[in-house]
Amino acid sequence: MKSLRGIFRREVDLLRMQVLDAVLPLAFYLLVVMLFAFGTRANDPALAGLSVSILWVGAVLSALLPLPRLFASEFEDGTLEQWCLASTPLVVIVAIKLFAHWCLNGLALAVMAVPLAVLLGLEGAGLGYLALGLMMGTAILTLLGGLSACLLVGIPRAASVLPLLVLPLMAPVVIFGSGAVRAWQLGADPAAPLYFLGSLFALSATALPWACASALRNAYD
Amino acid sequence: MWTWFHRLASPPSFFRFADRLAPWVGGLGFVLLAIGWTWGLVYAPPDYQQGDAFRIIYVHVPAAALSLGLYTGMAIAGACALIWRMKLAEVVMLAMAPVGMVLTAVTLLTGMLWGKPMWGAWWVWDARLTAELVLLFLFLGVIVLGDAIEDPRRSARAAAWIAVVGIVNVPIVKFSVNWWNSLHQGATVLSFGKPAITVDMAIPLYICLLATALLAAHAVLRRAQVRLLQREARTQWVKALRAQELGALP
Repeated sequence: MKSLRGIFRREVDLLRMQVLDAVLPLAFYLLVVMLFAFGTRANDPALAGLSVSILWVGAVLSALLPLPRLFASEFEDGTLEQWCLASTPLVVIVAIKLFAHWCLNGLALAVMAVPLAVLLGLEGAGLGYLALGLMMGTAILTLLGGLSACLLVGIPRAASVLPLLVLPLMAPVVIFGSGAVRAWQLGADPAAPLYFLGSLFALSATALPWACASALRNAYD
Repeated sequence: MWTWFHRLASPPSFFRFADRLAPWVGGLGFVLLAIGWTWGLVYAPPDYQQGDAFRIIYVHVPAAALSLGLYTGMAIAGACALIWRMKLAEVVMLAMAPVGMVLTAVTLLTGMLWGKPMWGAWWVWDARLTAELVLLFLFLGVIVLGDAIEDPRRSARAAAWIAVVGIVNVPIVKFSVNWWNSLHQGATVLSFGKPAITVDMAIPLYICLLATALLAAHAVLRRAQVRLLQREARTQWVKALRAQELGALP
């Protein structure tokens, strides 16, 4: 238990030394949304119709940024090797690491989406459904991206290959996540798509940490 | 009784097995495809609604069925590679990926060619079409990852993970027409009970399906052979084979 808290603390401390790393994806998110708005006619009402899709894709792309280097520094300084040998199961360590990454990155993006959504003309309970969907969406992305990062650990081309592996699998997440907000906009019940998103999250949270651990061991034989 | 099966897992005996099997599989597939296409494209009756345009099913349906079949096969081979660390399973998995990707691309292209006159659009963002497009990217991911790492075994096992995780997409493609209100028509051929297609059209379709499966198997066998030769280039059996083919080395 103490070691788990230690791993979590380590992530937080590492990020505190590199505050810029935490802020960059948020700035990137703002830029993506801004460019979309510039791409349309000024004050085009069509933008509000596309806002959900823009916010979801922007969040996914921003969350993708730090993923290729998720295990890079641990691989380079040998921490990863120590984790593989540690008495604490590797699965648990990886799960804590991914959870810490999501807390500092995915959660911030989900919160950041709310003011951006207001800028794009979304309001009311839809904001809540957007943030809730994005919380689960970024968590699934962290798990899928974590698996890809484990598979690509120590490979120079990781940054260009990782999006290719992760983005196709994100298709259902984006469909149901933005589907929840759109259902609310149309006056339908947003619970069904949110439940579907929840089931995708439950599936990936139960299966993928084991896959990550196995993929990391693969890097060392 | 099972020893021949176990022996097949060793690279040299698989190589010889594939070498003996491939010409027959490929030749039979070629002949059957010629029969199936001639029958389907020339002699089968035109559809009462679509006229002659329906004949694209003799390319589209076999390619689509094989794209799903090859992905499933690839995921099973990938699981075998991960669980039992079988060298041969890794090779077969990587050999299936490009074949499956080409068939997926053929499925999408023929579907688009048919969609323009029938639906009035090259592409619609519909559950089945989108899921098949995702399948294309999954194949691409396996191909890229399969050669991304210098150590070929590590690379193959990394690709196997993506193949196994991506299997969730296969039932989505297959059942998307039942689960969602899709523009793509429901299953007419590979469904339980009486097929919703007339015998005159169905028999050439089954022939094309078998022919495409045989040709795909031929391509997979040959690709697996090439991969085995590359990977085992330093082993004794490859050297012996080379000496046998090219004469003794100087």
